Amino acid sequence: MSASTVTREATSGGRVRDAVSDGWVLTKRNLLTYLRKPDLLVFSTIQPVMFVLLFVFVFGGAIEASLPPTIPYVDFLMPGIFVQTAIFSALQTGVGLAEDVQKGLVDRFKSLPMARSAVLAGRTIADGVAITFQIVLMFIVATLVGYRFHGTPADALLAFGGAISVGYAFTWVAAYTGLALKSVEAVQAASFTLVFPLVFASSAFVPPETFPSWLQGWAELNPVSIWVDTFRELSLGDLYPSTKSISTLLWQSTAWFLAFLVLFVPLSVRRYRRT
Amino acid sequence: MTDPVIVAEGVRKHYGPVKAVDGVDLQVRPGTVLGLLGPNGAGKTTMVRILTTLLHPDEGRATVAGFDVVRQAAELRHVIGLAGQYAAVDENLTGRENLEMVGRLYHLPATEARRRATEVLERFDLTDAAARIAKTYSGGMRRRLDLGASLVGRPKVLFLDEPTTGLDPRSRLEMWDIIRELVHDGTTLLLTTQYLEEADRLADSIAVIDHGRVIAEGTADELKTRVGGEVLALRVADRSEVPAAAGAVLGLGPGGGKVDNNTGELTIPVGVDGPAILTEAIRRLDAEGVRLADVALRRPTLDDVFLSLTGRAAEEVPVEDGDGGARSRRRRKAR
Repeated sequence: MSASTVTREATSGGRVRDAVSDGWVLTKRNLLTYLRKPDLLVFSTIQPVMFVLLFVFVFGGAIEASLPPTIPYVDFLMPGIFVQTAIFSALQTGVGLAEDVQKGLVDRFKSLPMARSAVLAGRTIADGVAITFQIVLMFIVATLVGYRFHGTPADALLAFGGAISVGYAFTWVAAYTGLALKSVEAVQAASFTLVFPLVFASSAFVPPETFPSWLQGWAELNPVSIWVDTFRELSLGDLYPSTKSISTLLWQSTAWFLAFLVLFVPLSVRRYRRT
Repeated sequence: MTDPVIVAEGVRKHYGPVKAVDGVDLQVRPGTVLGLLGPNGAGKTTMVRILTTLLHPDEGRATVAGFDVVRQAAELRHVIGLAGQYAAVDENLTGRENLEMVGRLYHLPATEARRRATEVLERFDLTDAAARIAKTYSGGMRRRLDLGASLVGRPKVLFLDEPTTGLDPRSRLEMWDIIRELVHDGTTLLLTTQYLEEADRLADSIAVIDHGRVIAEGTADELKTRVGGEVLALRVADRSEVPAAAGAVLGLGPGGGKVDNNTGELTIPVGVDGPAILTEAIRRLDAEGVRLADVALRRPTLDDVFLSLTGRAAEEVPVEDGDGGARSRRRRKAR
């Protein structure tokens, strides 16, 4: 038995095929978990829905005063909510991995003749699917409270694809946190603390011109602001004046997305090998 | 084919000042069971993790089925099965899904993975529960599923890390039956345990491990002979009388003894002279005016094996110290 498997391992084509198959097996496993624990998905969707209601109906009236009269607040807000939803929902990756470590599943996987990449790939891809699902749900809710995407269908594809990609990049941030802290409770607390200043001190919910100047400096550098502004530009076009051109926003968004991956994919992989 | 299947030579793994594994040599012949016996923190799990490629040793060399644990880790993983200390099953999958997933990760075709899952479910009496989510399983069922998962790849060499820790007595007996059956089929097995009885029932040979070192090896009978047969256990009614009692009786046995000031218990290995030493002990204690709450001659426990093998407990812990030997050993390690 071992002889035949060894020869098959030796061909790199076989190895790639095995790695893809292993990644798929674990993606399927993680997606099944979402189906078996629908409460997890339901409650993590209710939270952003409450954010929408809170901002639109509670803060909306006050914030609208600082917006150009041409756009309703919900059209300004939703790009922020989409990016926020993607990032928050990505944090689940860390919780899931910490659970797998705690329950000894990672040890089992590491003792099997499977591709080393499969555990992280399967986890982040499944969570990427969950993020997509939540963004779609949020879009439906947003439409119900009056949100309109003003750009072309191609703009919409780019905007929503971008938000989901941001979420995917954050699954790797969460993966690193999960593997580094290994305790579900610690991961939950830590990742929220990490992500909070990124999401809230940004252009996501209110125009940053209303911030004190030191915070404006941060909000301008903040990658979340850049991602949200890109979505907003694609969604609103000329309706909302932006200081940056769409091409500048697009390349900066892409650069930040890649920077997160380039930093956190190797960090997580290294952490996983040492777990 | 009498070459050993598992070989470890001078394996070391240190975490800073903690010597988790400190120069372990092991040999396991094909088709036999080695019991790695030791208390919590002795280095058993670290050793299993090294042999199953989860950890790299700092020093030394180890092979399983001829494959080096570091250089040939990928090949090695094809021929081993591991069931760790926790029942490592996915609670949100059914029993069958768990087994099929493992089969697929061994790169078996889907039909073969399904066939083996069915086989394992039948063998471990889980067929009726196959379609249920593992979350609903009892502790014993989870352990069986976990063990089953380690067999899906039909391993030549199986590693079981404390397979019965946390199980109720009935499930433990069931587990022992299953493990015995596996060995009967020719699987080579390395199992770790804290219980002498478990090693006794299941292992052909036992390696006693402490502080990351193998301190004795042999069959269960050989080890028990080294303890010196039975153990006399005396419990003093009034703890203030423990020093007096210890002074009176500790020298009676062939190999010292142990005092636990917390419980007021004195244990003395007595060899084959149990009744004679018992009589003498009672006579002396009576002369000292020490009252006893309990007296027993019993079979040696792991603690007794330790006491006898290391000879440390009695000498290292002064009677006034107020602590049992085994406990103080562990405390030292925790530092």
